[in-house]
Amino acid sequence: MRPPWMERPTIAGRTLKFLVLTAITVAVLYPFGLALGTSLMGRAESIANGGAYVLFPSKPTFEAYAVILSGGAVTRSVLISIGITLAGTALSLVCTVFLGYALSRRGMLGGKPILLMVLATFLFTPGMIPSYLMVKELGMIDTYQALIAPVLVNAFNVVVVRAFFQNLPDELFEAAKMDGCSEWRMLWRIAIPLSKAVIAVVGLFYAVSYWNTFFNAILYLNDQSMHPIQVVLRQFIFRGGAASGMDVAIVRDLPASSIQMAVLVIALVPILLVYPFLQKYFTKGVLTGAIKG
Amino acid sequence: MVASTAAARAEVLADARPQRRAIRDRLKRDWTLLALCVPGVLYFVVFFYVPLLGNVIAFKDYAPFLGINGSPWVGLDNFTALLAEPEFWSAVNNTLQITALQLLLYFPAPIALALLLNSLVGHRIKRFIQSVVYLPHFLSWVVVVAMFQQVIGGAGTVSGFLNSHGITIGNLMSNADTFKLLVTAQVIWKDCGWGTIIFLAAITAIDMSHYEAAAIDGADWKRRLWHVTLPGIRSVVLMMLILRLGDILSVGFEQMVLQRDAVGAGAAEVIDTYVYYHGIRDGDWGMSTAAGLMKGVIGAALIYAANKLAHRFGEQGIYR
Repeated sequence: MRPPWMERPTIAGRTLKFLVLTAITVAVLYPFGLALGTSLMGRAESIANGGAYVLFPSKPTFEAYAVILSGGAVTRSVLISIGITLAGTALSLVCTVFLGYALSRRGMLGGKPILLMVLATFLFTPGMIPSYLMVKELGMIDTYQALIAPVLVNAFNVVVVRAFFQNLPDELFEAAKMDGCSEWRMLWRIAIPLSKAVIAVVGLFYAVSYWNTFFNAILYLNDQSMHPIQVVLRQFIFRGGAASGMDVAIVRDLPASSIQMAVLVIALVPILLVYPFLQKYFTKGVLTGAIKG
Repeated sequence: MVASTAAARAEVLADARPQRRAIRDRLKRDWTLLALCVPGVLYFVVFFYVPLLGNVIAFKDYAPFLGINGSPWVGLDNFTALLAEPEFWSAVNNTLQITALQLLLYFPAPIALALLLNSLVGHRIKRFIQSVVYLPHFLSWVVVVAMFQQVIGGAGTVSGFLNSHGITIGNLMSNADTFKLLVTAQVIWKDCGWGTIIFLAAITAIDMSHYEAAAIDGADWKRRLWHVTLPGIRSVVLMMLILRLGDILSVGFEQMVLQRDAVGAGAAEVIDTYVYYHGIRDGDWGMSTAAGLMKGVIGAALIYAANKLAHRFGEQGIYR
């Protein structure tokens, strides 16, 4: 509803606004369409047009997906990424919710110093080399733990969860306490059921970051057979897939753009799947974090 | 004498007991909560605070087989060696240029987009545009760079289209001269929409009656924008600017690593990639840690100084 004091924009103004917004929307969505279209292009068409990208393939097929998902490097990397994402998200959520809940309880012994310790991580980072040496010292090089442990808890997410718990009505907890409810039970029976939304958002933030893991994999995994999808995608897109350990059959067919784009689509499909659910909540999540932080 | 010390001791004990008891009681009461903190705290200690101390190798001649404790101290040798290194200065130079471009082009972009979105009256359209522009934030850098490749790379659709109309732009993805602009464009594409969230919230928080009053006084939309909206979001803009200053020496690490091969180190080497290639790749541990440490300290100092400055101007800043 337009407030009564706000005048209607002029026709020129409206046209300009329309053009700008359309341009922005196209600039964002066009690359997605291009990747999807090209990935659905059949082998024959791909060869005929010299591997160019297309928005609308003449005869869409799932040929490229069938090739790369019939076992081998891409399939393996997808499974690895799914595993890392599920395990990492679960562990991260447990740690974040526990810490966030404890810090949200007023007057906890040692609550202030622990909170300060979490907040201080916003200001500095330990630096790449000391972190790398730590992971190495723990014997995590070439283990999947190296993709999870160093990014297990995100201070920002702790702050978001804590703020949410703090905003739950105090009376609930007081009444539960009167009835002899333990903190543990209050967490499970009161705090968590009432904060499904924020837990979902934080969980999805974690899931997205685990799915997108790229640099830590390069840093900590020398063994190519352990690489997650983002690293394999990089090999396909920027290096023609010719890294050792890649399937010979696929390498021979490259650089068929349809195969490259199929890998790209596989790397972003999970994001697109969770996005609609995520979107409902994240503005709120981000804002609580920003304001309370 | 003896009696008085005994009395004093009794007094001390009487003083100490309730407090110790209080702590013991609180421990008894809070032990579940403390136990809940254990995994998280352990994480921060192991992967944050201990590595923070690990920065001492910037002052050592670190050798992996000697370990951190076994390696000899070398004072500031690593720093002097680093500062004498032309490659390091080239990385610093690239970093500062990219930061300057981002401050100039990327920083205002979400503010402008937020103002534009706010000016939309139709809720459906606003929602739709918002969900579109937030989306790229969730993509990995590999995906983003691949998407740019599809569109403006050598075989990209837009370059192809321009080529067929007689305009040759070449391969923008491997052009070292325009690389810094390209990097900035990628950041804008990826995060401009996401960045609007905080500014939109700030705009929504402005009291509507200010607009009404301004309109009644005859202010058109331009004047309302200038005298109501912009002052209304000033403190949030400043806060974001301060946060940005802290990151001034970190410019898209993954983004650079991905594209460094295509354009060469001359254009794409930044401080972070310098640390990676010289430290982890070439084993020059001490010197690259020194580079990383310098970066971290300068970043923290900038945040501190900017925050102080904001307070001086009567703004909230990011902390008090």
